Amino acid sequence: MKIGTPTEVSAGENRVAMTPDSALQLQKLGYDCLIQSGAGQKAGFADKLYEDAGVTVVATAEALWAQSDIIAKVRIPTLAELDYLTPEKTLITFFNPGGNAEGLEKAKETGANVIAMEMVPRISRAQKMDALSSMANIAGYRAVIEAGNNFGRFFTGQVTAAGKVPPAKVLVVGAGVAGLAAIGTATSLGAITYAFDVRPEVAEQVESMGAEFVYLDFEEEQQDGSATGGYASVSSPEFREAQLKKFRELAPEMDIVITTALIPNREAPKLWLKDMIAEMKPGSVIVDLAAEKGGNAEGTVMDERVVTDNGVIIIGYTDFPSRMATQSSTLYATNIRHMMTDLTPEKDGQINHNMEDDVIRGATVAHQGEITFPPPPPKVQAIAAKPKEKIKELTPEEKRAKEVAAFKAQTKNQAILLGVGTALVLLVGAYAPESFMSHFIVFALACFIGFQVIWNVSHSLHTPLMAVTNAISGIIILGALLQVGSGSWLVVLLSAISILIATINIVGGFMVTRRMLAMFQKS
Amino acid sequence: MSIGIVSAAYIAAAVLFILSLGGLSGQESAKRAVWYGIVGMALAVLATYFGPGMGGYVIVLLMVIVGAGIGQYLATRVEMTEMPQLVAALHSFVGLAAVFIGYNAELEMNRIAELVAMAPTSLNATGLEAWLHEQGVQGFAAKVAHKTPVELNILKVEVFLGVFIGAVTFTGSVVAFGKLAGKVTSKAVKLPGGHALNAGAAILSFILLLVYMSNGAGWTLILMSLLAFFIGYHLIMGIGGADMPVVVSMLNSYSGWAASAIGFSLGNDLLIVTGALVGSSGAILSYIMCKAMNRSFVSVILGGFGGATGPQMEVEGEQVAIDVDGVASALEDADSVIIVPGYGMAVAQAQQNVAELTRRLRAKGKEVRFAIHPVAGRLPGHMNVLLAEAKVPYDIVLEMDEINEDFPETDVVIVIGSNDIVNPAAQDDPNSPIAGMPVLEVWKAKQVFVSKRGQGTGYSGIENPLFYKENTRMYYGDAKQSLGELLTRIN
Repeated sequence: MKIGTPTEVSAGENRVAMTPDSALQLQKLGYDCLIQSGAGQKAGFADKLYEDAGVTVVATAEALWAQSDIIAKVRIPTLAELDYLTPEKTLITFFNPGGNAEGLEKAKETGANVIAMEMVPRISRAQKMDALSSMANIAGYRAVIEAGNNFGRFFTGQVTAAGKVPPAKVLVVGAGVAGLAAIGTATSLGAITYAFDVRPEVAEQVESMGAEFVYLDFEEEQQDGSATGGYASVSSPEFREAQLKKFRELAPEMDIVITTALIPNREAPKLWLKDMIAEMKPGSVIVDLAAEKGGNAEGTVMDERVVTDNGVIIIGYTDFPSRMATQSSTLYATNIRHMMTDLTPEKDGQINHNMEDDVIRGATVAHQGEITFPPPPPKVQAIAAKPKEKIKELTPEEKRAKEVAAFKAQTKNQAILLGVGTALVLLVGAYAPESFMSHFIVFALACFIGFQVIWNVSHSLHTPLMAVTNAISGIIILGALLQVGSGSWLVVLLSAISILIATINIVGGFMVTRRMLAMFQKS
Repeated sequence: MSIGIVSAAYIAAAVLFILSLGGLSGQESAKRAVWYGIVGMALAVLATYFGPGMGGYVIVLLMVIVGAGIGQYLATRVEMTEMPQLVAALHSFVGLAAVFIGYNAELEMNRIAELVAMAPTSLNATGLEAWLHEQGVQGFAAKVAHKTPVELNILKVEVFLGVFIGAVTFTGSVVAFGKLAGKVTSKAVKLPGGHALNAGAAILSFILLLVYMSNGAGWTLILMSLLAFFIGYHLIMGIGGADMPVVVSMLNSYSGWAASAIGFSLGNDLLIVTGALVGSSGAILSYIMCKAMNRSFVSVILGGFGGATGPQMEVEGEQVAIDVDGVASALEDADSVIIVPGYGMAVAQAQQNVAELTRRLRAKGKEVRFAIHPVAGRLPGHMNVLLAEAKVPYDIVLEMDEINEDFPETDVVIVIGSNDIVNPAAQDDPNSPIAGMPVLEVWKAKQVFVSKRGQGTGYSGIENPLFYKENTRMYYGDAKQSLGELLTRIN
């Protein structure tokens, strides 16, 4: 079968869904690759490069859509593009099925299969085709770079001969993929980075990236992030108040604010309000990654750079991935390629649209003339850390009480043990003759010493320990020695054998121990 | 040599033995500690040899020379992978010696009883002693002659007990030896009737003890030994290969208790002390091993894993294989590597290759460490000895508690021939038969390579979800061979 990629039609879109590299991989799966002439130009991939990779370059979009069995593209297809589809064709693209009823209807009419890349379920197995994450990663990185471009100072603090430069303070709101990428970029540029998210369980990830997590003084049962496909859930009004209060506190200090709070197919929550912007220093920068859905900051204008009255720059671009077209095309093409790998289990160049497969089923929005959106919930839940069982902080009094109780229990145990032991020994002593008791004392003390000594033996020396105890248990030779002088020939014979084997034990045990210990060397 | 000097020598020997065991707390002090043990043993033997009541000097000398020769031969020839067998074989010797010495005690008791009965009735206590001495009664026999009837009864119990423990230790160790050497199947084998047979034999032995006490018939002792031989055989036959660390430590403990019981019957404090030291050492080792498997001692002895309490978690995904180049390039990129060896490494004799790999990786400035689970191998500390033999420095060989926290920061983990000790089901699946067993958390590392002969479950027969994890790659093949190939790619 043939896979084709047309030139993106929407203005300002620089990405392309197939790169020369991904084409090579697709050919290994048994597919023939087609590309519309000039499709990769803006992403830095000339037609020549594709030809070298064995891709057929087709002149027009019409010819490409007609010749390809599978069409891979980036942007949500226009109705005109959907018109090209026929029942046997498969379209793989971003589709926004939740907000594109018209497109879904159209796709259904054509009878083609449509796979929406944003619908890939967020499970571990599907991470390699999670295009939203790979694009968000780029957006997060680029957001910091754009901010730096508009920010008049260094990120990192410096002490130079020409004076001291304070480090920039960056706040990242929303620690999803984009947020974490932004945190990573900002910290590696040297800024002091803070991050906030409504899911306290991501604090660990935030801290692992080198930022400080901003905690709220607020107690609320948080919904498990994994139940909502890895997205943060909408929070209560009280929570929102606490959150805004914290932001108000932070606003005057922050030089750069990057907001990434987006919930699919919902208006972006307003988190950075007018009064906070007014508090910020002139020259500060806000990058609003949620601009497409109205923005997290009040005053964001989609696709524009706005300067407020007090000199704060608000950036509302929505095309961050497209601004890094080479990188984003490479990643997106790889996501597409992984999707094709899953669609081609036999590697024979034939698509196998297996609707039983969780990932394929989840991503398919139109299948053989049916709308298959929304998908049923996946069988496998997104993997998230189990909610940590909260260990209650004990007050010093409680701790003390606990220690005392533990100590008492221990004392009680020991007392009972000693009591029972003493009683048993007394019982033995009441009946046994004195000669036995004197040996018995020796025995009990030896056991006691044995227990004390052996606990200190290092784990790595357990084998030598066994060999040594083996050797010294050869002490049984003494018994045989004391008997060998007997008058009875049978006794002499048995003792002689005993002496023989006990000696083997002693000599063998000690020698092998020495051999082993000599091998232990320090580096 | 007077009895006082002999006692002094015994005290010195006991102290030296304690120091010898205590010295094993560290690798360096251990080298000195062995000498304490050797000197202690020499003191004890020499003091007894030249002490009062000895006889048969020539026989003793002959036996000691022959025994020492055999011992030396064994000790210098044994391969380190064969250590478990050797230890088991040596245990059996102690057990057998205990049985023989117990028999001797019984024979002497009878002989003295006959002699005393024959002695002229006119003699008083001192006279009787002199008369017995004239009859050639000395050493242990002379001691027996002094005993009161109550003391003789106690002596009988002690003899009986010593023979019983010794006999169980003997056959048990022989079977353990066979299993470890691969001469007997390492599977758990039970006769029909299972543990009821063992219990029956034990009860019968107890009845025989009562008979023995009442009429002192020698045949009861022989019959009891046969029963005890059977118990030892059947008990250890019913325990599978991977539980051998517990079994060997348990037999170690038994051999100690046997020596102790014999010490009681002979009235020899040094035997009692040493036996108790060995006995408690073995008991603690068994306890440590059981704890490392999260199983009770009884369940190990009764053999087999406890049944699953519910359906086990389904394992999803597939085992992904990788070739030698993949492993080599991952190792090239890694900064920190942890190697987890198991019994499979010992079986494949791969420790030299592992050590060579370690040397080469360390020469490239990578951090290489070893993680040893307490029950890896067939003997407590088995892996440490194997690695030491291959000249892996002991300070990079760490135990589970020391290294488990470090897996998340590790780039590559290589699992060589271990299975259950790296099974995440122990933590994730409450229905797994090994649930709750402490395991090495290798799956938290960035990448895990598992060197394994083929697909298949470990000793416990449980699926290992580790093999299906996304960051796990299976490197199939004989461990020695695959590591050898790996060495050709890394230089």
